[in-house]
Amino acid sequence: MPSTDLWRLTASELSSLLERREVKSAEVAESIVARIEEVEPKLSAFISRTGDAAVRHGARVDDDRANGSHLPALAGIPIGIKDIICTKGIRTTAGSKILESYKPPYDATVWSDLREERTLLVGKTNLDEFAMGSSCENSGYGPTKNPWDVTKVPGGSSGGSAAAVAAGMVPITIGTDTGGSIRQPASLCGVVGLKPTYGLVSRYGLVAFASSLDQAGPMTRSVRDAALVLKTISRHDPRDSTSIPGDRPDYLSGLGRPISGMRFGVIKELSGEGMQPGVVERFQQTLTTINRLGASVEEVSVPSVSYGIDAYYVITPAEASSNLARYDGTRYGLRVEAPDVLAMNRATREAGFGAEVKRRILLGTYVLSSGYYEAWYGTALKLRTQIVRDFEAAFSKVDLLVTPTTPTTAFAIGEKTADPLQMYLNDICTIPANLAGSCGISIPCGLAAEDGLPVGFQIMGPALAEATMLRAAFALESEIGFDGSRALSA
Amino acid sequence: MAISSEDVQHVARLARLELTDAEVDLFREQLSAVLERAQRIQSLPLADVPPTAHPVALKNVWRDDVVEPCDVTEAVLGNAPDRDGAFFRVPRILEDAE
Repeated sequence: MPSTDLWRLTASELSSLLERREVKSAEVAESIVARIEEVEPKLSAFISRTGDAAVRHGARVDDDRANGSHLPALAGIPIGIKDIICTKGIRTTAGSKILESYKPPYDATVWSDLREERTLLVGKTNLDEFAMGSSCENSGYGPTKNPWDVTKVPGGSSGGSAAAVAAGMVPITIGTDTGGSIRQPASLCGVVGLKPTYGLVSRYGLVAFASSLDQAGPMTRSVRDAALVLKTISRHDPRDSTSIPGDRPDYLSGLGRPISGMRFGVIKELSGEGMQPGVVERFQQTLTTINRLGASVEEVSVPSVSYGIDAYYVITPAEASSNLARYDGTRYGLRVEAPDVLAMNRATREAGFGAEVKRRILLGTYVLSSGYYEAWYGTALKLRTQIVRDFEAAFSKVDLLVTPTTPTTAFAIGEKTADPLQMYLNDICTIPANLAGSCGISIPCGLAAEDGLPVGFQIMGPALAEATMLRAAFALESEIGFDGSRALSA
Repeated sequence: MAISSEDVQHVARLARLELTDAEVDLFREQLSAVLERAQRIQSLPLADVPPTAHPVALKNVWRDDVVEPCDVTEAVLGNAPDRDGAFFRVPRILEDAE
């Protein structure tokens, strides 16, 4: 393979070539930077680019390797980071105009771990403002386009991360997932997206949206790459008080082991009703594949998941309205001058926040306000308990739960922006895992017959079952043989 | 579950948002639609179910209070819209405030 084509390879493939010294990290970085130059004008996947520094760091990794240093598996591999994860000294906007010039004075733990692993940061990827959205259209920096069809959305909120991976602009990105923001765009762009169990990966340095649900995770073009990245970023972090203590298992050792005897449960309430026929067809086909591999498939009822979206759109705006109170024009970010401090706060927030963020702040303030708190927020928290219990009951019968990741394939840019409720319904299959604290992964399972766009297959496991989930995802990926080359030709 | 323009303006004040009239109209309509759907959770049999605010049952996490170097004052204040030495500067608060 000519070194100019290195951008086509997965992180695992690059890692082997680098370890055998058949290629250099600087060449990999140069190939990636050239690929970004080529397609970024069409896709707008990045808010900030750091390609020059990536090439320089790559050369240093090459020097150390030449000097015989033992380097980690991801050393010298380019990576993109969602622009809601703090990178010291590198602008971090959260997709918002209110943070347009914000340079964090510290690194998020996720990024400092990947930096110490010596990955090469090529840029900060686009997202819906403060991760609020399912299409990347709420970004303050313009929408990202889907590399399968540039008239379609890439999904969201980690839309830039998904599009960049699908188009070969970088083999790995880190996204965040509060109600599906890793899995939904992964599904729409035909890549792998993993949302870890809440507490598995540190939240330190993530710009907070809904703190009881936010979780960072990998987006890649292979299940093995997702496992490799998860191994690097999952650990207990004393700087995050919700970080789960204890060691993490080896996520790679189970890959390739058979899945015969595993029990898969199809969530009855999320198995096809009201979904696009081509999505349902690919989903059913994947269930057949599971059977062929010697695993069982049975229908499981999880009654409360039908209400997951309702609980979610009470709980997350409530948490967001509190978290976003900090953007007041005082310590960082935008300030719009006004004669007194209250007027300054109001003018700053009116100018700095986009429509979706305002909607959620208003909704959250409403459901927490005096007289409404119990009926709305209190009820949603009880419903969350019911969802946790229903998941526990389901996981007592089966090892893993499966659904289509999204009810439809990628939709047209502009199609759902006027109707927030329709936009919110995109996340109907992904939200329950966040509310329950489970882990989930979306892998591409084929193209829908009617539009030729990728369909995602979601696998969810109980808390801390990532190794089992990855083993199943790897077995299915090998059997499905998804072809993502059309996005790589974008 | 229709909400009124006054409701929108009330929560906007609480949230320190200054909305245009067009925004008030738009958000009243959109928030009403979202709440109208979500209202169905209020008729679910949840009276005896305890609330879950958080998916992980972790208790308070304690650590020793150890002094560590933290030389970030300039980096932090470098992000401030306005500063006076080592202080954040804001418009006056004591007069004319609500």
